[in-house]
Amino acid sequence: MLASYILFFLLFLVFPLGTLIIKSVQDQNGNFIGLKNYLLYLQEPALFQSFFNSLFIAIVSTIIVVILAFSFAYALTRTCIPFKGFFRLIALIPLLSPSILAAIALVYWLGNKGVLKALLFGNSIYGPIGIILASVYWTFPHALMILSTSLSLSDSRLYEAAEVLKTSKLRAFLTITIPGARYGIISTAFVIFTQVFTDFGVPKVIGGNYNMLATDIYKEVVGMQNFQMGAVISLVLLFPSLIAFFIDQYSRKKQISLLTSRSVVFKPKKSFGVDSLMLGYCTFITVIILMMIGMAQFGALVKFWPYDLSFTLKHYQFEVAGLGWESFYNSIRLAFYTAIFGTIIIFIGSYIVEKLKSDERLRGILQLFTLMPMSVPGLVLGLSYIFYFNAKDNPINFIYATMTILVINTIVHFYTVSHLTGVTVLKQMDKEFESVSLSLKIPLYKMFWKVTLPVCLPTIFDISIYLFVNAMTTVSGVIFLYTYNTTLASVSAIHLDEQGDVAAAAAMAMLIVYVSVLVRIIHTVFTKGILRRTQAWRHDTPNAANDVTKA
Amino acid sequence: MSEKSRHIFLSVENLSKNFGSFRAIQDISIDIEEGEFVCFLGPSGCGKTTLLRCIAGLETQSSGSITQKDVEISLLPPSARDFGIVFQSYALFPNLTVFSNISYGLINHKWGKDKITSRVNELLDMVGLKSHEAKYPGQLSGGEQQRVALARALATSPGLLLLDEPLSALDAKVRIYLRKQIKDLHRKLGITTIMVTHDQEEAQSMADRIFVMKDGKIIQSGSPKEIYEKANSPFIADFIGITNFIDARVLSKNKVACHAFEVECNTEDMSADLPVRLAIRPESIYLNRAASDVDNCVDAIIIENEFLGSFQRIYVESTSLSNELLMIDVANNSLTEMDLTPGSQIHITLPPDQIRVYPFD
Repeated sequence: MLASYILFFLLFLVFPLGTLIIKSVQDQNGNFIGLKNYLLYLQEPALFQSFFNSLFIAIVSTIIVVILAFSFAYALTRTCIPFKGFFRLIALIPLLSPSILAAIALVYWLGNKGVLKALLFGNSIYGPIGIILASVYWTFPHALMILSTSLSLSDSRLYEAAEVLKTSKLRAFLTITIPGARYGIISTAFVIFTQVFTDFGVPKVIGGNYNMLATDIYKEVVGMQNFQMGAVISLVLLFPSLIAFFIDQYSRKKQISLLTSRSVVFKPKKSFGVDSLMLGYCTFITVIILMMIGMAQFGALVKFWPYDLSFTLKHYQFEVAGLGWESFYNSIRLAFYTAIFGTIIIFIGSYIVEKLKSDERLRGILQLFTLMPMSVPGLVLGLSYIFYFNAKDNPINFIYATMTILVINTIVHFYTVSHLTGVTVLKQMDKEFESVSLSLKIPLYKMFWKVTLPVCLPTIFDISIYLFVNAMTTVSGVIFLYTYNTTLASVSAIHLDEQGDVAAAAAMAMLIVYVSVLVRIIHTVFTKGILRRTQAWRHDTPNAANDVTKA
Repeated sequence: MSEKSRHIFLSVENLSKNFGSFRAIQDISIDIEEGEFVCFLGPSGCGKTTLLRCIAGLETQSSGSITQKDVEISLLPPSARDFGIVFQSYALFPNLTVFSNISYGLINHKWGKDKITSRVNELLDMVGLKSHEAKYPGQLSGGEQQRVALARALATSPGLLLLDEPLSALDAKVRIYLRKQIKDLHRKLGITTIMVTHDQEEAQSMADRIFVMKDGKIIQSGSPKEIYEKANSPFIADFIGITNFIDARVLSKNKVACHAFEVECNTEDMSADLPVRLAIRPESIYLNRAASDVDNCVDAIIIENEFLGSFQRIYVESTSLSNELLMIDVANNSLTEMDLTPGSQIHITLPPDQIRVYPFD
């Protein structure tokens, strides 16, 4: 079992990345030329500049997102504002759309014909301003999720102790709240940095002439067919993500849980000043998010923004060949297959890593493999797949240019988060279940089926939803891998925009949103309905009766 | 009990287990008789759980062998061995009812539904949980969950019952109640039982035989009474029950010097001048109102007096004996009108046959 997972990762992650590295030290004809391509890269100021551009955009966006999301998470977890559920729901909306939707909406609001163009004081939205704003928008919910988790884990006794010692609110915030959330903040910063640094959709749509690494790779590979330079830039893109990843792993190791079983969960107290301030802030963020998604929808439904605002559905007809409804159906197929097969593969994989006895070294290797995808940008993974699977002498060459390769690529791309989700829920299960089964001579697969699977069902559904929505919205992983009969909705939206049909691009992006919302609703209904039966044991209150008196 | 009268059920020979360079258990050999209730007792990290897990096959020993009923089982997987096990965490399947948890292992037996139901009912009856069969583990108290785990382990009538700290997670009162229940069950079923615990009181009240472990080795074995009265090291004397230690030096045969006082005790064949530690239980020291010419009678001052229900623990200082306070337990009903308020002058006697002498280590 373990060996087949290692083989899976070798085939679909390690070997492709290896091929990418080899490509970067070869010339057009496949001869080894050492670091010549890298020297070429350094001698090209335009390419080299992109690196600093990407770094600049990623750092600025990260700082803004961490501040905005921390404040929002603080409001949701540490204050008594009303409508918390509503605010949270709205704040997570950007997760449901491809990152380019934010760029399209910004074009409508602040572009050359934008309603609020005056706010830019003459600056153009096409460039760093647009990229940063759109990046902040689409990464906001990711940051919010990590930060609200780390802020919600807090021991109220610490605050009581501080209060008894006559500590000011500000000092308590600086000495208890911030240190408690420190690792969450570090982790968020690295996740957001990597996401923005490696994102392709946003700079493609709203970057204008401002070059970034991700768009450079695309230009080299698709525009100039210069695969070697594409490989070099890919490795330049991979490098900071890897560093960020390792620093994050290191800081996680140093993290000690501040919450013990004796802790008392923090319950916020009412405070008129703070609550009003935070209510205002959350309302402001919510309005902005609704304005963005609302504008994308509006733009998709009017005849000719901003001159003819009458209602029409014609932008949903997608008259450009190959970029229409068939790409939308392909996306749904991709999302569906990814959710089904990905969930099965990933959950069984996390069970193997977490619960089965196996060779410690092999397990260590598999664990490393499961973490690797998080540090590999989608664009890099996609490009490495071209190099590896398109090679004539590769026996599994036949999956190239099929739906299969898209599904596998997407599963690998989003493997880590799903895997860690699985591992977390499995860790909560008693580690002796397997021992008990063995002592009762029940084979482990029976136990897996009868106990592990039913108990983990809610998490398994969460994993499948995560995979589904990401498969719907991803651009960077698949931009190099689709072919004329496997075009995808998110990719189509980019090409529609490229051809100047912004309204159709908005319509396509909104189609993705509808499906994501629909699937979320189905998921919720499913969880509440069918899961009620399998999870009956969860809704019980423990019986505290004294054994001695009862017996 | 002679070797012939009872059959050796489980035999562990020269068993060792290393985790990397850490030697969890070292060269352990024990024989357990059929129907015996034995305890592996020791502080955490002493290797007792590792030994149990090796017997269950959940860990594989680095060297040595295990024989159960004359069959070598050292390399068999857990599923090929004959035992039931109860863990500290109970490990009840949360999504299965009490009934399904208990019948979990019976499914293999290809029994009919009626037979399974009657077996489960029998077990529920045995552990006193008759009306709880439809509940989920989350609806039961800790003690009830523990009894379900016990019933599940016993369902298939295994020849050996392994209990890994079965009572540690429970409240004091429930613990004492369950001790008796498990003991009764053992008496009724006669099943060979091995329990791992760090609680000496638990081991003493339940086991026929105790193996005291430290640093991966068995340092003493015997009946609870033997271990309490004849602890073979200061460690055990201290670990099992409460003991006063007094530093001393051998003077001559059966005579040692502590500070300014000469104490009579059994020094066996220790040579003169050897530094030793004397150990005496708090309940073995007498109080005397007046000086007496019995052996080892010395004057002391009462420092503190703790009321502990059925007895009092008195802390006395006797500078001629030791720098440290001595504890003396006095049963309440044996108390005379002696003045035990702090500051009172009294005399205490340390009966020579109650003093154990250990070479200083």
